[in-house]
Order: sequence, then structure tokens, then C-alpha cells
Amino acid sequence: MRKQFTEVLVIGGGATGLSAARDAVMRGFKTLLLEKGDLAHGTSGRYHGLLHSGGRYVVSDPHSARDCIAENRILRKIIPSAIENTDGWFVTTPEDDPAYADTFLAACKAQGVPAEELNVDVLLNKERLLNQRISRTIRVPDAACDSFDATHILAHDIKARGAKVLLRHEVIGLEIRRQKVCGVNVRNLLTDEEFLIETSMVLNCSGAWAGNIAAMAGGFLKVTPGKGTMIAMNTRLVNTVVNRCKLPHDGDILVPVGTVSVIGTTDIPVESPDQYPIEDWEVEFLLNEGEALIPGFKKFRALRAWAGVRPLYDPTAGGKTESRDLTRSHAVIDHQARDGVGGLLTMVGGKFTTMRLMAQDLVDEACKQLRTKRPCTTAETPAEAPGTKHYYLAQRLNRWEQSHAQHTALTDPIICECELVPESKVRAGIEASQSKILNDLRRDTRLGMGPCQGGFCAYRANGIACGMLAQTPEDAHTTLAQFLQERWKGQRNLLWDHNLRQLELDQNIYRNLLGLDHTVDTADIELYPTEKTA
Amino acid sequence: MTVIDISSLETTLSSDQCIKCNICTASCPVAAVTDKFPGPKAVGPQMQRLRQPSAPSYDKSVDFCNGCGVCSLVCPHGVQIAEMNAVARAVQMDRDGVPLRNKMLGRPEPLGKIGTLTAPFSNLPLALPPLRWAMEKTIGIHRKAPFPSFTGKRFRKWFKSHAPENLIGRRKVVYFHGCSTNYYEPRVGKAVVKVLEHFGCKVSIAEQNCCGLPMQSNGEFDAARELAKSNIAKLMPYIRENYVIVGSSTSCTLALKHDYQNILGLQGRDVEMIAKNTFDIFEFLDDLFTEQTLNPQFRRIKDAVFYHPPCQQRSHFMGQPATKILRRIPGLSFEVSTADCCGVAGTYGLKAEKYQISRDIGETLFAQIDRHSPSRVLCDSETCRWWIEGHTDVESIHPIELIADALPR
Repeated sequence: MRKQFTEVLVIGGGATGLSAARDAVMRGFKTLLLEKGDLAHGTSGRYHGLLHSGGRYVVSDPHSARDCIAENRILRKIIPSAIENTDGWFVTTPEDDPAYADTFLAACKAQGVPAEELNVDVLLNKERLLNQRISRTIRVPDAACDSFDATHILAHDIKARGAKVLLRHEVIGLEIRRQKVCGVNVRNLLTDEEFLIETSMVLNCSGAWAGNIAAMAGGFLKVTPGKGTMIAMNTRLVNTVVNRCKLPHDGDILVPVGTVSVIGTTDIPVESPDQYPIEDWEVEFLLNEGEALIPGFKKFRALRAWAGVRPLYDPTAGGKTESRDLTRSHAVIDHQARDGVGGLLTMVGGKFTTMRLMAQDLVDEACKQLRTKRPCTTAETPAEAPGTKHYYLAQRLNRWEQSHAQHTALTDPIICECELVPESKVRAGIEASQSKILNDLRRDTRLGMGPCQGGFCAYRANGIACGMLAQTPEDAHTTLAQFLQERWKGQRNLLWDHNLRQLELDQNIYRNLLGLDHTVDTADIELYPTEKTA
Repeated sequence: MTVIDISSLETTLSSDQCIKCNICTASCPVAAVTDKFPGPKAVGPQMQRLRQPSAPSYDKSVDFCNGCGVCSLVCPHGVQIAEMNAVARAVQMDRDGVPLRNKMLGRPEPLGKIGTLTAPFSNLPLALPPLRWAMEKTIGIHRKAPFPSFTGKRFRKWFKSHAPENLIGRRKVVYFHGCSTNYYEPRVGKAVVKVLEHFGCKVSIAEQNCCGLPMQSNGEFDAARELAKSNIAKLMPYIRENYVIVGSSTSCTLALKHDYQNILGLQGRDVEMIAKNTFDIFEFLDDLFTEQTLNPQFRRIKDAVFYHPPCQQRSHFMGQPATKILRRIPGLSFEVSTADCCGVAGTYGLKAEKYQISRDIGETLFAQIDRHSPSRVLCDSETCRWWIEGHTDVESIHPIELIADALPR
């Protein structure tokens, strides 16, 4: 078995893990990150896309609100191209208590979240679909953040700083010597190769899966996966974030992110972070809540429903209490103090917006345990080139149109028509990842995320990948079927009108026209979480 | 911004219905001949999702849509593709400014007024190759694009002096003649009046202005809306007096029937009444004959002609009523074109960057005409007639002119 060594080993390739790895490598640690799937494969890639202003928490959780507004300002500087400066509004619909807006404004003031109540016409003239009976509108600095872009930027930065990022590598066990974690046993899920990585400090950033890692150290850590379901509407019904002006509740937010607008979320504790089907009532509920914001909401095309699992940490479970400030939404678990096993820290709780702060707290604690003083510099150092601008929706269209205008023939044909992904991008994505898994390509390029959900791009991308990576036809068929099943999964709860017609067309293309059912046994294909290939 | 108002928002949101089936792209005459136009699906429902009202955006390939409207017709799911494209172009023009060339092509009326006053001299410049070359280089109107000739006497002048055959007709018709009849082809208007009066209609020509379609398709929505509102105001008194509006230009009548509401986004009872009471001349005649169980007799005309129904006539949902009536003329043999589009699409083919595309689209039609070598080509739309005549050297007339000829003397 081959061996590797790293000073800091981060488990988890989501927002938290990548931020932690960035923090560690910037403090001069030799750093390695392990992810059993792809970047943003877990909860980060399944979030609604809101960069919180803190407004959502000013009344219910003031501490989080202060964290959010501070981190909102920082993230805009360090990952600008993943963020669209949409602004956000808290609106009082006829279903909400108008007096809450006063409580809200006072709380914003107290927590330092900039909030300004404006005449309702300012918003209603801009957002023509919104409920014309909205009575109060308060503007806050919410923004939209694409988590795939964000995690890709962080991963790129980490690698440029010398850290290693290993995707499709699963932790199968911890090496514990003298009550201290000194290494991690790893399996490469694509090759089944197993090896040991020695390390001085393991940072467990596996979110809803954190309990599994803690268990490997003999600790009992109760992380309750909290399912949050959301629905992407086919277009941007609004171009600014719209929140219901009331105490945080299910289905209270509509976020324009990329080409879609996302209504979210529900919040239901589930048993396993790997099994959490979406219930029909959740879909019904979210669409009904949408009606309060946009009358006729249900008539618009609901494109895809998905769920993520929040890593909700229950400090009282297992009969142990933590020394950390429990009112905070995230906490660093020191397994030395808790379970008597050193060299392992777990991050629990938290939210996407505060990923950098979480990483700072985590690596601060790691430094303390490693008995070294190294200041955190992540807040001041952008992960992108100076002068990088914020994202805006028409960016992709602009880029394509400008290149198209220079050519008389289509030199760089569009592969994914819905999300305007040209062949050059597809090739660059496959070249960089060397992954034949089309879902990885999707996270890299947004391929297959538009209205047809892969109907017209999957076979094209599959053909390109097959040629570039010298796949066997059997392999390529399986890859294609896996991708389609994953795409179709998100449509299953939304099969009426548009989506039903779309799925019928897509299924006919692949199953009847291209005969996919005859080339692979679709029943055998494993879906989430690992998209493992045979 | 007034370019997109709430009703065009409904048009743009119809992108929700698209399931990417490509039927529109397969039917598009422009996409068939050039890569410059990525096709109706691409610039319509697909790119619509990437357009953002507030951000500047480079959104030019939609300008290669020629507005023929076949995409909206063939879409099995009700996506208003052509309408969406018209809105997108207007938004782009609103942002970037409308080119001088488009402003000129969008205003046939002021041009016509000056042109007819100074005819025949006003026709000279358009016949001078060096000047045409200069026009192409400076403002982008293709040097080979055929233009009609100004006439010395406007149609409206003729109408006022003509002695009506029928003052107390059974049917009251207000004739929407459009700019082309008034300034370039009064003969079409004369034929319309002659035929209508022959069949017992009382014909009036209301005060009217350009329908606004040229402005609309050149991206000036606000200005086009003003023309539309002015026409509605001028025509409404006639509607209240139980007149129906009859037009001889399929594009003008389509504007009144459809575009005012579905593209320019005008709303209200008046615009609906105008739409409901506007008819193409042949649609009207066909209805009239059926309603009054007329069996009109025509003179024998020994001739072989070729009829090309203009592409935007399909959006009238009335079939090809001209063929039904032409069929009644004894001795006349006519072939009906199977080509989708002549290519010019109003002012599209006159533009330097689009001329060749329009020629390539028209090739199918020109080849058919060449094969049949008719004495004349019949077509209901003026810009198509000029384009066809310019590229085939076969005289092109409005089918109503042939009907007027065939009336018993």
C-alpha cells in the first residue's frame, strides 16, 4: 500500500471543506482535500443559491445575522464571479402580518444589516409578476451565489496554492495511534485502489455525513440531516431576491440564480443523508407559497425539484454537552476533549454564506492544537484575479453572441442549447477532470441543467467524452444512462404540463429512438451518491 | 422602459412551453440557408432565459430573424417564438440605438410623401449604380435591393376624384390601403375599389397612417405603438358605424389583426374590435360570396400565371382565399407556389448584411417561377412583389388586379 503525507487533511469537497483547505494552505500548511464524489456533490451543490444579507436571521438568530452580513461583504470580494449582485427585498404579502416589518427594520438596525423601506412601486414596477397587493417592501443586500461556480473557484485557488484535491476518494477508516488520529485510509472509487495518507490533523468537513467520520474515531456525533426541498422554476420570474417579511418559515424565499428562480425550502429531519426522497406534499406546499409572492405561480414551469441535507447538529444527543457557544449556528467539535481522540476536528452546522468564517474558526482551533500561531488571511485575499467582475445573467449570451458575430460559420457549435454550453467548454471540462461521469461535466459547465434536462445535450457530450477518454461503447452507454436517470429523477415530482411533455420527448429520444434500454440494463444503474462506474 | 410591458412579458414567458423539439428550426426559411441565424428555437425560447432586462447585453443574432412567423405557427406547444424575437430585437435596439438605415426603412410614409411630390425625379437616385453603391457603404442598404418607383399621383387623390359606383351599398367597407398603394401602386387600390363596388359595397377610405409594421420590425416599438394608436383612433368611428376594415396588403392587415395586441402589447376593447373587424380583401370577398350566395361571373382571361401566397398570410389563419376566387376566372391557368418564403420579408432583404440570405431563401421560389415561365406572378404582399420582380424579371401584380380585369364590362 502506497503512503502519502500531508500536514492538514480535509474531508469533504463542499463549501466548508474547500474553505477550510483554502484557509489551511494559506496559513502555510501542506494541505490535502478528500471528496468521495465531485466538488459540491453534497449539500453545497443542492442549495438555493442565496448569499444571505443576514436579514433572514435578524429576529430569530441575531448572531447568525451578524456573521452573515460580515461574510456577505467578504465573499463578494473573494469570489466575485460566483456572485450576482441582485439585491434582495423583504415583502409583506396579504398573507403576512404588516407589523412584522417594523420589528424587522428595528432588528436589522440593531444587527447592522443595512435595510431600507421604500415605496412599494419601486419594486413592483421592476418586478412585474409580483403580487400587486404587497404592502411593504424593504431592501437588503442579499445576493445570488452559484455554488458550483463558488466551489470551482475555491478548488482552483487551492490547487494554485499547492494543495491537493482528490475527488472520488472515500475515507474508509482512520489510523489511530496513542489516542491520536495519525492517518486516513482512502479508497479511490474509480480504481478501487486503497492507500494511507498520514497526517497531523484531520478536519472533518463532511457536513451531514460528519457522524460517519466521527464514528471511525470511536466518537458518537449526532448530526441530524435536515432535508430542505426546493424547486427551480424554468425562468427568472424575478431578477432580485424576494423574501417574505415574516419569521423564517418554509417556502419563504424566491432566489434568481443563473437562468432559473428557486423557491425554497422545506425543513424536515431525515434518517440518512443518502436517502431522502421528495414528498409530493412538499412540492404542492412550495408552489402554493409561490402563489403568495407571484399570483399564477403554479402556471409557470417548475423545472426541477431537489433536496439537500443540512448538517443539523444536536449537542445534547449522546449525553455530552459542548463547551462551544451553542447559540452559534456552527460549531467546532474537538474530539480530543469530547472523545479522547486527538488530531481530529469536526465542523458541524453552519451555512453556505458563512463558509469562510467557519473555516477560519476551524483552522484557528487546528493551529491551537498543533501549537502554532498563524494568522488567517482568507478575508483579505481574493480567490480570483484582481478586477474580476460579478456574475450577471446575460454573460453567457454575450460571450457566445460576440464570438458568433465574428464567424460566418458555426465554428464552436452549442452542445447544451438550454444553458448555451459550446463544444470548446465541454472539451475543456473533460480535459481538466478526465472524468467520464457526465454529472461531473454538468457541475463544471451547467450542461444538462436547462429545460430539456439533458434531452438534447447528453448524447452529444457523451460522444465527445467517449472519444476523448477512449471509453468502450458499453462504458459510454452506462455513463449516458446514469446521467439521464439522475436528470429524470429531478423531474419525477413535477410531471404535469410542460415537464411531462418534456420527459416524454426525452425518454422517447433515448429509449425508443436511440434504443438505450437495449444497450444497458437501466435497473442496475446506481444513482446518487457516488455515481460509481463499474 | 416601455419596450417590454406586461403583455409582451406574457409573450416572453411563453418560453416555458418549449420542449426543444426543433420543429420551428426545421421550418425556418432563414436557418435553412445561413449559419448567421442560429434558428428560432435558439434565439427565441432558449436565449430568452439568458436575457436580463437591466444588464447590457450583446444580443445580435436575433436580428437575423426575418419575422415570417412560421415558427409560431408550427410550434405544437404554443411558444410565441416570432413575437418573442420581435420583442428581443426591440429591446436590443432600445439599448443600442436604432440605426439610421432602420429608421428610414421603418418610415415609408414621410419618404413616400416626398417621393411622390418630386416623382419622377425622385426615382432617379435609386436607379443610379454609384449612388446605390454609396448607399450600401454609408447606411447599409444593399445596392442590388429592388425598390419600387414613386408614382406621381397618390391613390388617395385619385379616390377623392373618382365617381363611386355604389353609394348605398349593402356592405360598408373602410379600405385600409397602406403606404405602398398610396405612394407606389395606386393601381392596386383602384382595383380593390372597383371590385368592392362591383359587388355592392359602399367603400370609404378613412384617414389613416402607416400601420407601423415597418417600424415594429425595424425595432422601434414605441414609435410603432404611436402609429397603431393613431390608426385605432381614426378607424374606430367607422367600426361604430358597422363598417368592416378591408386591406389589400397582408402585412398591414396582419398588424391590425394580430401584431397590435400580440407584439406591440396594446390592450383594450378598441384594439380588439379593430382586430375582429379587419379582413384581407380575398378573405372578405370569399365570405361575401358565401354569405350572399353570390355566384359571380368573370370574363374569360386566357393567361398562365403563377401565384405565390406570402408567408405572413399563413398567420391570418384563412387559408388561401385568393385561389378560390381566381379559380372562378374562365380560361385562367395558375400554378400555386410551394415555396415557403420569397426571402425579402418586408425590409429585411434590403439590408446589406441580409440581402444574400434573402436571395438564397428566394432561390426555391425563383426556380419554380422559372420552370413555369408564367406571364405574370401574383402575390398579395407588395414587398414580395417588388422582390420577385427584381429577381425574376417577371411582372408581379396583386391578384386583385387580375380580378378587376376579369369583371364583366
